[in-house]
Amino acid sequence: MEKTVNNIITHHANDKKRLMDMLLNIQEQFNYIPDDAIDILVEKLDLPKVHILETISFYHFLTLKYTGKYTIYLNDSVSAYMNGRKEVAKAFEEEIGIKFNSVTNDGLIGLFDTSCIGMSDQEPSALINNKVFTNLSPEKVKEIVKNMKDGKDINNLMKANLGDGKNSHKLIHSMVNNNIHIKKAILSDDYIPGSALLKIIEQERMEVVNEIENAELRGRGGAGFPTDLKWKFTAKTPEGKRYIFCNADEGEPGTFKDRVILTEKPELIFEGMAICGYAIDSDEGILYLRHEYKYLKKYLENILDKMRKRNLLGKNILGQDGFNFDIRIQLGGGAYVCGEETALLESTEGNRGEPRYKPPFPAVKGYLDRPTVINNVETLCSVVKILNKGNYWFKKMGTEESRGTKLLSISGDCEKLGIYEVEWGITITEMLHMAGASNVQAVQIGGPSGNCISQDEFENQIRYSDLGTGGSIVIIGNKRDLLKDIVLNYTNFFIEESCGSCVPCRNLIVIYRNTLQKIINGKGVQADLDNMLEWEKVMKMNRCGLGQTSFHPIVTTLKNFPKLYESKILEDSDIISTFDINSAIKEYCNATGRKPNIEE
Amino acid sequence: MKKKFKILIDGKELSVKHGQTILEVASNNGIYIPTLCNYVNLEPQASCRVCSVKVNGRPMTACTTTVRPKMEIENDTKEMNELRKIIIETMFITGNHFCPSCEKSGNCELQALAYRLKMDVPQFSYSFSNKDIDASNPKLMIDHNRCIKCKRCARGIKTDDGKDIFAFKNRGKKIMISIDNELAKNISDEKAQEAMDICPVGAILKKERGFIDPIGTRKYDNKPIGSDIEKLMEVRS
Ligand SMILES: Cc1cc2nc3c(=O)[nH]c(=O)nc-3n(C[C@H](O)[C@H](O)[C@H](O)COP(=O)(O)O)c2cc1C
Ligand code: SF4
Ligand code: SF4
Ligand code: FES
Repeated sequence: MEKTVNNIITHHANDKKRLMDMLLNIQEQFNYIPDDAIDILVEKLDLPKVHILETISFYHFLTLKYTGKYTIYLNDSVSAYMNGRKEVAKAFEEEIGIKFNSVTNDGLIGLFDTSCIGMSDQEPSALINNKVFTNLSPEKVKEIVKNMKDGKDINNLMKANLGDGKNSHKLIHSMVNNNIHIKKAILSDDYIPGSALLKIIEQERMEVVNEIENAELRGRGGAGFPTDLKWKFTAKTPEGKRYIFCNADEGEPGTFKDRVILTEKPELIFEGMAICGYAIDSDEGILYLRHEYKYLKKYLENILDKMRKRNLLGKNILGQDGFNFDIRIQLGGGAYVCGEETALLESTEGNRGEPRYKPPFPAVKGYLDRPTVINNVETLCSVVKILNKGNYWFKKMGTEESRGTKLLSISGDCEKLGIYEVEWGITITEMLHMAGASNVQAVQIGGPSGNCISQDEFENQIRYSDLGTGGSIVIIGNKRDLLKDIVLNYTNFFIEESCGSCVPCRNLIVIYRNTLQKIINGKGVQADLDNMLEWEKVMKMNRCGLGQTSFHPIVTTLKNFPKLYESKILEDSDIISTFDINSAIKEYCNATGRKPNIEE
Repeated sequence: MKKKFKILIDGKELSVKHGQTILEVASNNGIYIPTLCNYVNLEPQASCRVCSVKVNGRPMTACTTTVRPKMEIENDTKEMNELRKIIIETMFITGNHFCPSCEKSGNCELQALAYRLKMDVPQFSYSFSNKDIDASNPKLMIDHNRCIKCKRCARGIKTDDGKDIFAFKNRGKKIMISIDNELAKNISDEKAQEAMDICPVGAILKKERGFIDPIGTRKYDNKPIGSDIEKLMEVRS
């Protein structure tokens, strides 16, 4: 083991800033991180042991305990439950003979939950030894578990066809499907890698930024910040090392559009990063890839190699003296919050993914304290298209304040789940029609951190100033129990994914969840509803966007579906409803050694 | 010298310089802004959110936000104090803060803040689980039931050669402080005392020190937290 760990460390040039990669490699080798390995890291990297433990214990896919020869992570998102996750989970438990979050005694199989893995259009799905298994059913689970017990190779656990498009590429070789329904600016087939680079090397740096400004491009990662401004802030900093990050952490439940771009148009992303490098004078880019998409890593690295060979990356790109730019891929460790731009930087530096306070903003002080641009996958793709076809072309699409196109990841109760690249400004009704949805109760726009809307808002448009979104759309049919099936699941997601630093984000969201549970149980009172609206102010005091939105599933449904809540609360009751007499009696009896005589 | 400009805190005009935080200028001017995770001479952690003030209508943490021209700040308002109280209450229900039996009572910043913000009983139900008390260290006792995860220990206490002794473990509601007992067992008595003092609550105790100051003579026994800062104001006016 010592040798393996030492090799891993030297492979990363003994650089303590590459701790994430070392830990991920060790985990991959041993299916856990042995204590001895940590001691070697402490010695070789001169890092405090508590620091290494802090990093390991933060990430879902880094573990201190053995996770089994076959490690199963079954997605527990809303979309999975909508498609039979409960039965699949039960089948896994029965076939293997263990409960979730445990490993068989012989160490063969480990079974765990995991947050949305970006496969909402083909749920229930699971990661098994980092390979994606989609559209699971109890029958398929039987087959998989039997094959595991027979010791079969990970590639032969389940009979399935390879997915569409590049999913069948030998370096991906996956059953994942793209399910692309509409292609426009970004997904269109008219892109020739390198064409935009060829154009811009004739231009001044600022001309490039101006073109983006004139196209009025705004960030596609959710916040909608003007891309040119971000670039300008960074370009204005004193000369020196600057970094460019592509945010491919895509963790918002229900979104999977970046996965499809990564599969079908990776050159577009990398070219966008190189263009940004040219514009702001940076020579190093890092694409932060969520751990769940590890199955794409080899493929992406191969694309990078090809681009280097064609001199679209590397030194003196396309013969332009002094235009140097290269890209590496940083794998995440399983933490939704690392999609937050400063948490992403912390993670890349080998730390727990705790968002930083701002200011200072990354444009001034980012990765390794250097000025850094962080853009979403789709934003960078738009950049290339704008430079290729001109800002007028781009601006013709979309609306006044939302130019261009948007990739929507549509899942839930509809017929045609998948990816739709549409112009900004389409109404919810149009979108539902497109996806083949009827009898719709609610639509979750922008994932759990977004907004759950009712029919009252179906004539509204998808655009920044109306219904803004990073691209996650979950359609919720009439049959669903909105509070139990959706809102509770989303709230639990945030409890699981909070970094835990801010007090309200760590504590108050649990109180929200417990209050919701109480209401679902028919024990809520009017004061609970009033309180939940009041606490919103406290949540907005959290440091990052996670804590500032984690109450949205509850509060947006409370605002948009008030009757649903009102019908569940006790009428005219002013009792202290947090007091549960039965459990109080039980506790008292326990303490005094008596037998409780209560109705359950 | 940097140019001075004016800002308003609760309607009071202050003359300030660029580079200072809201918290610094407030303290220098005898205005108390409640804090908990912040500690002198340490990088801010900005995690307790208790120091939040409204800057031109938006909540910002006073311990990290530097002053800028035209800032109008709301601090000692009914609304802000109510919101801070909610934050404090959530800390009381997620740990075992049974003050009468705690060695830190009277010197505890959490307790003192609860008094100052007039918390009588938390509005939320208690929801803490029983956590370990780690007494394996010869000098220190760590009571995880009381830890409020402010990370002051991790930021402030290192070995003499600069190694970290404390850090976080886990995330979300499972987050806890972890301690390197190998390193901690060799720290000096002074360092152990420092660790106890840096902890705002009774989570880090130096052994055999807990009750050395009698109850009644402790820091916040007779005057509320923040009065030392506010005295500044009285002296000046
Ligand atoms: C909790 C949290 C998670 C986020 N996850 C992502 C993500 O997965 N991908 C992404 O591009 N942006 C994500 N963001 C937004 C980023 O912080 C950042 O705004 C974005 O990457 C900027 O890129 P853009 O301007 O191109 O949109 C997240 C933000 C928060 C608060
Ligand atoms: S709001 Fe939540 S996730 Fe964000 S920094 Fe604070 S504790 Fe961490
Ligand atoms: S032990 Fe004390 S100082 Fe350290 S995090 Fe906990 S409460 Fe803060
Ligand atoms: S003192 Fe500022 S956030 Fe804790």
